[in-house]
Amino acid sequence: MDFINTNLPYLLAGISVGGQYALIAIGYTMVYGILRLINFAHGDVFMCAGLIMIYAVTWMPLYAAIPFTLLMTVLIGFLIERVAYKPLRTAPRMSVMISAIGVSYLLQNVALYITGGLAKMYPTIPWISNTVTIGTATTKVVTIITPILTLLLVIALVTFIQKTKIGMAMRAVSKDFETSQLMGIKINNVISATFIIGSFLAAVGSMLYFTNYAAVIPTSGAMPGLKAFVAAVFGGIGSIPGAVIGAFIIGICENIIKGLGWTTFSDAFTFALLIIILIVKPTGLFGEKANEKV
Amino acid sequence: MKKFIALLLVAVLALSAAACSSQPAAEAPAENTEAAAAADGEKVVKIGVFEPASGDNGAGGKQETLGVQYANKVQPTVEIGGETYNVELVIVDNESSNDKAPTAAANLVSQNVSVVLGSYGSGVSIAAGDVFNKAGIPAIGITCTNPQVTNGVDCYFRICFLDPFQGTVLANFASKEFGAKKAYCLSKLGDDYSGGLCHYFVEAFKALGGEVIEETFPEGNSDFTSYITTAQNSGAEVFFSPVSTEAAALIIDQAAGNGMTMPILAGDTWDSNVITNAAKGKNVKVCVTTFFDEGAESEAAKTFVSGIKEWINSDATAKANNGGNDMISAVTAMGYDAYFTALEALKNAGSTNPADVLKALPTTTYEGVTGAIAFDENGDAIRDSAFVKEVDTATGEWKFVAVQGIN
Repeated sequence: MDFINTNLPYLLAGISVGGQYALIAIGYTMVYGILRLINFAHGDVFMCAGLIMIYAVTWMPLYAAIPFTLLMTVLIGFLIERVAYKPLRTAPRMSVMISAIGVSYLLQNVALYITGGLAKMYPTIPWISNTVTIGTATTKVVTIITPILTLLLVIALVTFIQKTKIGMAMRAVSKDFETSQLMGIKINNVISATFIIGSFLAAVGSMLYFTNYAAVIPTSGAMPGLKAFVAAVFGGIGSIPGAVIGAFIIGICENIIKGLGWTTFSDAFTFALLIIILIVKPTGLFGEKANEKV
Repeated sequence: MKKFIALLLVAVLALSAAACSSQPAAEAPAENTEAAAAADGEKVVKIGVFEPASGDNGAGGKQETLGVQYANKVQPTVEIGGETYNVELVIVDNESSNDKAPTAAANLVSQNVSVVLGSYGSGVSIAAGDVFNKAGIPAIGITCTNPQVTNGVDCYFRICFLDPFQGTVLANFASKEFGAKKAYCLSKLGDDYSGGLCHYFVEAFKALGGEVIEETFPEGNSDFTSYITTAQNSGAEVFFSPVSTEAAALIIDQAAGNGMTMPILAGDTWDSNVITNAAKGKNVKVCVTTFFDEGAESEAAKTFVSGIKEWINSDATAKANNGGNDMISAVTAMGYDAYFTALEALKNAGSTNPADVLKALPTTTYEGVTGAIAFDENGDAIRDSAFVKEVDTATGEWKFVAVQGIN
């Protein structure tokens, strides 16, 4: 019992941060599944969602600011795709990747210009910011809410992909881009929908994440983004359940390692894991097998 | 369509470039008037301000720069060798980053400044020391407390106390005030300031018979709950984390969220309204050592505090740079003193040549708002006491606790 009491806080923190990584990781994995593009700007969209929330609450009540933030983040995701990726649809994949890196830096620097480089404090969202005591561990309500909300959203997303027409289109596009185009699928709508879903989840993730870790700086999205990306690769990029499980594993392991006292290596662990996975099982836990097209 | 988008992108880029170039002008409106004055044939002496305006230490750097800017407003001219010179501030942003600091320093060197002030954060000062040394331009550190800043760097001086001193003061305070036998120390991996200060704290605390747990967190980390849990589980009685204010705000917030009741101790960096804002209304106890207290009794300090408050309240940019209120940080007072120390050195040198200023600096003394300033043979300020302040979590303001020496 004593063992559980001492280690419960690490586990809680791990599950919570894992859920937040999962919400970001889905955005990476879906875009990759459809466009074969690693959207490096995704972590920065997450950061932008944080900043939009901060500025939104200064001129509208909180209950309006939350939907507004979701909407604006979705709009940013949509616009990034339309402006920076769509014109490059026929270009080599590397060009799109570079464009993504460019967008990432653009967002960071715009944020730097707007905030003046200082950390902005995230507004307190009532109820989920309250503290609760579970056993011996004291934590914020958001820590408990995150994994539940994450799972609900993932179930909703998977249902959406399995049951709806646009979901079916997404699956078709991810299987074969050109053939689905020939079959009359409006490819641009499908891609936009992917970016919209990814950005929406990133915005939800940012609300949970910044409620726990309340300061937003222009590079706030970089580290969570990178770790979510590792989670997506770990779970098998292109696979939604894979990304979610990968994110939880990374979040929990990271905190257990900190709990063991090896704090210096907590980040090194994440990236060492990436290297090992790429060597041992390049397709990740649930990744699709690469089939050679002749 | 493609061409249209390309055109649009170019337009956006051009606009953002224009926006960027207008920024420095907004930050230092005083510069323009002086540049105009220079055109009229008046003599100008340039003082470089080497401070972070973005990154981890952006908030503190901006407050320190405010002190210098205010001092420049109060005393815009200096008498050198019988002639009146206008003082022009050349402000650069070292982005709180050790690898960007040398570039920012080189920028100052190429603009022919006579003397440099700064920086907030020891790491950037250490990184830039070599650049100033090679150029032979004297630099006066304002609040960089790591011993490495002046050690073996002939050009670097400083007007603040050092980390071995500050660490000892904090260890004494922890052991005497809180009766602590066990302390938890958290520093940032690879950060000269927090790592150094933790090292000296640990040394002094162990000498007092205490026990210490040390941990580090990596760059870009914002999840401190695990560290706080470890501290709580270990049975430590004080939480010592002299990290940047950015991380500090997160630590305070998460400590309150995790129900941590032990006092949090830190060094001069935390003397900022970022900390008071973060701790306001939360169940935490935060104590810091610092250089200056807003409620100081001396006449000079009172005039300074009322004067700068008036300026900050009348200038929207200054107020934003000070974190949105008119609370005076110790670093602002130190910035103010550093400027006058530099003027004193220029007067003693009798010329604007950096080499002459460098020769004059060791013997320069100045009676500032933060106390008497004089340099020892290493270029460090001779100081023997620090202020201890605590956050009043009800009002979100600092309250004075004690003046603590090493004994």
